[in-house]
Amino acid sequence: MPEATHTPEVGARAAPGSGEPRIVAFFCNWCTYIAADLAGTSRLKYPPNVRVIRTMCSGRVDPQFVLEAFARGADGVLIGGCHPGDCHYQEGNYKTLRRYMLLRRVLGAMGIEPERFRLEWISASEADRLKGVIGEMVEQVRALGPLRIGMAAEAPAEPAREEVAA
Amino acid sequence: MADPTMAEPKTADPKPKVAFYWCASCGGCEEAVVDLAEGILDVVGAVDIAFWPVALDFKRHDVEALDDRALLASFINGAIRTTEQEEMAHLLRRKSQLLIAFGACAHLGGIPGLANLYDRESILRQVYLDSPSTDNAEQTLPQVEFREDGRPLTLPGFAETVRALDQVVEVDYYLPGCPPTPKIIAGAVQALLAGQAPPRGAVLAPDTALCDECPRKDSKPERLAVGEFKRPHQVLVDEGTCLLAQGLLCLGPATRAGCGALCIGGNMPCTGCFGPTSRVRDYGGKALSAVASIVASNDRAEVERILAQIPDAVGTFYRYSLPSSLLRRRAARAA
Repeated sequence: MPEATHTPEVGARAAPGSGEPRIVAFFCNWCTYIAADLAGTSRLKYPPNVRVIRTMCSGRVDPQFVLEAFARGADGVLIGGCHPGDCHYQEGNYKTLRRYMLLRRVLGAMGIEPERFRLEWISASEADRLKGVIGEMVEQVRALGPLRIGMAAEAPAEPAREEVAA
Repeated sequence: MADPTMAEPKTADPKPKVAFYWCASCGGCEEAVVDLAEGILDVVGAVDIAFWPVALDFKRHDVEALDDRALLASFINGAIRTTEQEEMAHLLRRKSQLLIAFGACAHLGGIPGLANLYDRESILRQVYLDSPSTDNAEQTLPQVEFREDGRPLTLPGFAETVRALDQVVEVDYYLPGCPPTPKIIAGAVQALLAGQAPPRGAVLAPDTALCDECPRKDSKPERLAVGEFKRPHQVLVDEGTCLLAQGLLCLGPATRAGCGALCIGGNMPCTGCFGPTSRVRDYGGKALSAVASIVASNDRAEVERILAQIPDAVGTFYRYSLPSSLLRRRAARAA
């Protein structure tokens, strides 16, 4: 299994060692991503440390996505989904909850602090809540300092790359 | 190997040369070769074993004396922990046309790879100083070099991290399993000798999940839902029913087939030694995803209670694959 060395590390803008935490956020298409959109159109400010990846459902977030984010240099991972009972696909978020509960045990045993991995139910109208969760998480992860694990811990960190696409 | 341009090799041994070597492993993989039983005579008849430290008296300098690529294949079992293992992996890579990771430890890191939950210092301290049965008044720790009456004595260095074989050298094929079963060993050897090898990098076992070949497949419910995880010693296991349906943590849904469901035949759940199928990058991540999905509750506290019945999450889901997982080892302490 050769390593995917061609893929850039998480967070081209916040260079490793810059002290800025890098957080990967998986937001579901129907609730949390809309909340993030609303936060934007409402001109709500929150820290720029989050890289948002939209998935159709929080249930689409394979634990491997979370592990890969940490392995590639994320300091925290946030999953946002619809409130229980509100899932567009009936029960995707319940599966997310169960996987999250088991994955956090694995991450804990691997030395990753619980504050670095978070699951939040944020509905389409809760832009304020999104802002609050991100602000809180960035501060908590910043206080913990950079995470050194996976490829990021073994290979010397590559210099920050310029983003290719505009 | 015989020169293909020579119609009839005169003195050269026409039999291809192979080597077996062990690194960080328990010896079970060597046992598996012997378990070929009378089948081993076919192998010995077809090849010339040039190096097999556990069984034959060849030394490292015998390997060094070979021409590069003189060996058709080297079968290496065990993970890589020490500098000696790393050197031997590089040496055999250079001398071999094909390098085959033999067994779960070489393939994925294996059980020795669980040592990646600890760092080098704490392992040495536990083993040589703190363990209750250790009597080491002088607090001696292994050194890579030591002088006794002016003569240097050396030991291999002990790395911080256990690695799978392909994290050290390029590997051509993988034989999965703890240990690989006689059936897949024989199948692989025959395919290699017949020149019918699959594309490089392949795992020499079917690319389907174990459930696919499980004799209890028909008793697996359409929709699995587990409200209580039980361990094999806590229940009387029904011999005909899907183990997951009985609440036993069977990793068959996430594990590659090819073993013939031997453990399940013995009424024991699959622990995942064949590793993932080709479509999965991180075995443990996929396995825990499959298991969490069938927990029969949507309530946070209840889910927590049910999942708490699974002991040792890393040891369960990464039993054979921690070094080859995405995270590889426990996080380094903040600097």
